[in-house]
Amino acid sequence: MAQELTLQVDGRARTIEIDDPAMPLLYALRDELGLINPRFGCGLGQCGACTVHVDGHSVRSCVTPVRSVEGKKITTLAGVGTPEKPHPIQKAWIEEQVNQCAYCINGWLMTAVELFDRNPHPTDAQISAAFAPLICRCGTHAAAVRAVKRAAQSV
Amino acid sequence: MLNNETTALQISRRAFLTASGALLVTVAAPLEWAEGQTTSATTRPPLKGDQLDSYITIDPDGTVVAYYGRIDGGQGLETAIAQMVAEEIDVPYERVRVVISGPQALDMGGASAGQGVSLSGMLLRRTAAEARRLLIEMAAAALAVPANQLTVTDGVVHSVSDTTKRISYADLIGGRYFGSKLNWNGRNGAATQVETPAPLKRPDQFKVIGKSIPRKDIPPKVFGQMEMVSDVRLPGMLHARMIRPTVAGAVPVTVDEASIAGIPGAKVVWIKNLLGVVAEKEWNAVKAARALKVTWSESRPNFPGNDRVHQYIRQAPVIKRGIQRENGNVDEGFKQAARIIEGEYEYPTQSHASTGPGCAVADVHADSATIWTSTQKPFGSAACVADLLGLPPEKVTAIWKFGTGSYGRNDQGDAAADAAVLSKHLGRPVRVQYMRYEGTGWDPKGTASVNRAKVGLDATGKVIAYEFISKAFSRQDTNPREGDAGDVLAGHLLGAPLHPNPIFEIPVASYTFDHGRLGWEIVPALMERASPLRTTHVRDPFGGPILFGSESFWDEVAAATSADPVDFRLRYLTNPRDRDAVRRAAEHYGWQMRPSPRNDQKDSDVAVGRGIAFRRHFDTFIALIAEVTVHRKTGKLDLLRYVCAHDCGMIVNPQTLKHVIDRQLVYGTSRAMFEEVRFDANMVTSVDWATYPVLHVADVPAQIDIVLIERPEAAPSGAAEMCLGLVPAAIGNAVFDATGVRLRRVPFTPERVKAALDRASV
Repeated sequence: MAQELTLQVDGRARTIEIDDPAMPLLYALRDELGLINPRFGCGLGQCGACTVHVDGHSVRSCVTPVRSVEGKKITTLAGVGTPEKPHPIQKAWIEEQVNQCAYCINGWLMTAVELFDRNPHPTDAQISAAFAPLICRCGTHAAAVRAVKRAAQSV
Repeated sequence: MLNNETTALQISRRAFLTASGALLVTVAAPLEWAEGQTTSATTRPPLKGDQLDSYITIDPDGTVVAYYGRIDGGQGLETAIAQMVAEEIDVPYERVRVVISGPQALDMGGASAGQGVSLSGMLLRRTAAEARRLLIEMAAAALAVPANQLTVTDGVVHSVSDTTKRISYADLIGGRYFGSKLNWNGRNGAATQVETPAPLKRPDQFKVIGKSIPRKDIPPKVFGQMEMVSDVRLPGMLHARMIRPTVAGAVPVTVDEASIAGIPGAKVVWIKNLLGVVAEKEWNAVKAARALKVTWSESRPNFPGNDRVHQYIRQAPVIKRGIQRENGNVDEGFKQAARIIEGEYEYPTQSHASTGPGCAVADVHADSATIWTSTQKPFGSAACVADLLGLPPEKVTAIWKFGTGSYGRNDQGDAAADAAVLSKHLGRPVRVQYMRYEGTGWDPKGTASVNRAKVGLDATGKVIAYEFISKAFSRQDTNPREGDAGDVLAGHLLGAPLHPNPIFEIPVASYTFDHGRLGWEIVPALMERASPLRTTHVRDPFGGPILFGSESFWDEVAAATSADPVDFRLRYLTNPRDRDAVRRAAEHYGWQMRPSPRNDQKDSDVAVGRGIAFRRHFDTFIALIAEVTVHRKTGKLDLLRYVCAHDCGMIVNPQTLKHVIDRQLVYGTSRAMFEEVRFDANMVTSVDWATYPVLHVADVPAQIDIVLIERPEAAPSGAAEMCLGLVPAAIGNAVFDATGVRLRRVPFTPERVKAALDRASV
């Protein structure tokens, strides 16, 4: 049975029709709303490529049922900042030239943004703990850590 | 500017300054410039290697377009190519647009061995220089100034002595084409070469090459704006998932379509042994793939399992052997030797394990097809789809999109082939997205190998004879070019003829001895058709296995002769660039000359050591030093520091190069420390990030120092895979230096290191 559901995504109310309330949020964002930044990496919550914020916390949208986030504030990477108004983490990421392929970038940036917004001057251990669950196959891990430290210096 | 062709022709094909000083240029015509050699054309000549327009064109606004017929796997090639072209054609870097593969570009071979800059970048540099030469000739005619009195500044040709005599590239040819022939070698793909009369700039003239310009592709990635292949959406597109057996070699016998009847829009596609499901909505395709009930044929692959695969390789018959290089009389050399040393090293099966499993979109019509793919061989993938669908090759177009890092011939080409077969069958565009288990379970893999080394020393300890033999499955069970239906899973499942190529190859080493032999032996594939252990190129296919063997072995020989590992290598290296790489790494590290092992930490639970490894890969010269802490009680290794000296000739973008090396060393660390495809008698059991462990942030080396050796006069020789293969040997040699224990099998998991330490202590 198709049901209507309203999601608050990047500051906009978006109503979609779903036929399965257990559908992961990732498919709602990509397939129904046409967003391109949360990515499918594993579908198991093991890599982070699908990460978005729900009420300011990083969640793996590939294992989060869409019904469970109805009415909550969902922020994707595209909602974090823009080229004109970048988030300090995005600015630092570009200055540090962190990425190679960047398929995994959602997990790293959304995790870093959450960390920075709570604590702009995290310790090495806090950064490492935040990034611990994330996969990057190109080897940008240390560069991502450097970007967080660079952002810390900007405030 | 006039836009009336008749008027323009009457005025002549010259540029005029109007009374107000504004530049007035006539741009009509497919006509010959009076004094130039070219015919500017209004339509682009057909793509061919002998046409300048196949490489470089100028947009109406003067933007220079460079057609780069390879791809970018995340190393920033778009930016490097733009720099090389901007340099030679004399426009600001921002005014070069790079078209990456697709129907507008010539096939330059796809990604391979760091050839993006070394081959295709140089090709585009030459053609950009030639374009500049022709533009100056056109300007000479237009301005009535001899060509030798003209120069170019930021895309404007002007007189050296009178800068009011000027005309821009846009006005000379913007929106039209050179129509100029090049002296082409007649070869396609990576072998494409042209000779041009225009000289290249000298390093002392460089303004753009050598600058650390930030990468073009990073901001759109950081702001979530980069459309990748997985984001392609076509009207009427269906989402597909493939159905794979849980025992290798099994094929579907019955498929219960009623088992997915309750899933909206879900439909089975079953063609010969290829089985998939499609749905209008992606989640419904995922659900259908999970719910579909299939009975499979019985199959008993009887794989040896990853724990026993090296024993299997040792005992397996050799179906083909090759001698890569032989000099002197090796057998005689060993007979003369006063002492023989032998060593054996095992390298595991490894997966590309890209962060994103294979994904592609295909739109197949009766007489043509288009695929959207992020494969590293888009032209090969198009040829493969043509072969699979029975279409003429020119009727299949591959549009390349950014995507997940591929690290070799991964599963992207398989996804494109699956999508094409399903799209043809259904008459609608189809997007195939592989699931995580397919990313490591079904991608073509890097072969396991057993690498044997042997030296003969004379009475003074000098190496007089050397033999190195790798025994393995073929490196090209699946051709990395993927240009044939037999190179993809869909072709295997549909019964396409297979063309496995039994080959391994050994890169030529720089060390020279009186008698030497480098060779390889191939054993039969474990399963010929639709094998989850198909083998192909994984990033740096020669490096990891062979260098782990050879560079660990040289350390073993140095230790056996009480020689310092750096000094030992320098004794047998004669080429100055080889020697410089080793010396520069040692200097930067602060290497103290002494033999390994240290022998002063025997009573300590924690031991620190250093190790060096060296290679020449094509004309790139790299030395890597690793400093490692060994925890004897647990076998855990802490990677304290890497120093990498890197000489790849002319450097286009130092910052991007450093990043490519830095990230690559981290990737190489993952391969050395964690990665091994697990499989049992029936199937690959590495199916996610828990069962195919890789490096995480806590495992990154604490410090990576990169020493770029500047050779502006030397041709650029590539960097994208040159250093990663040194990581296992550098770490293994450091562990030996710390403990006196030699690691003989990758990956260096704590259990394996602990076992090696325990074996040595009894």
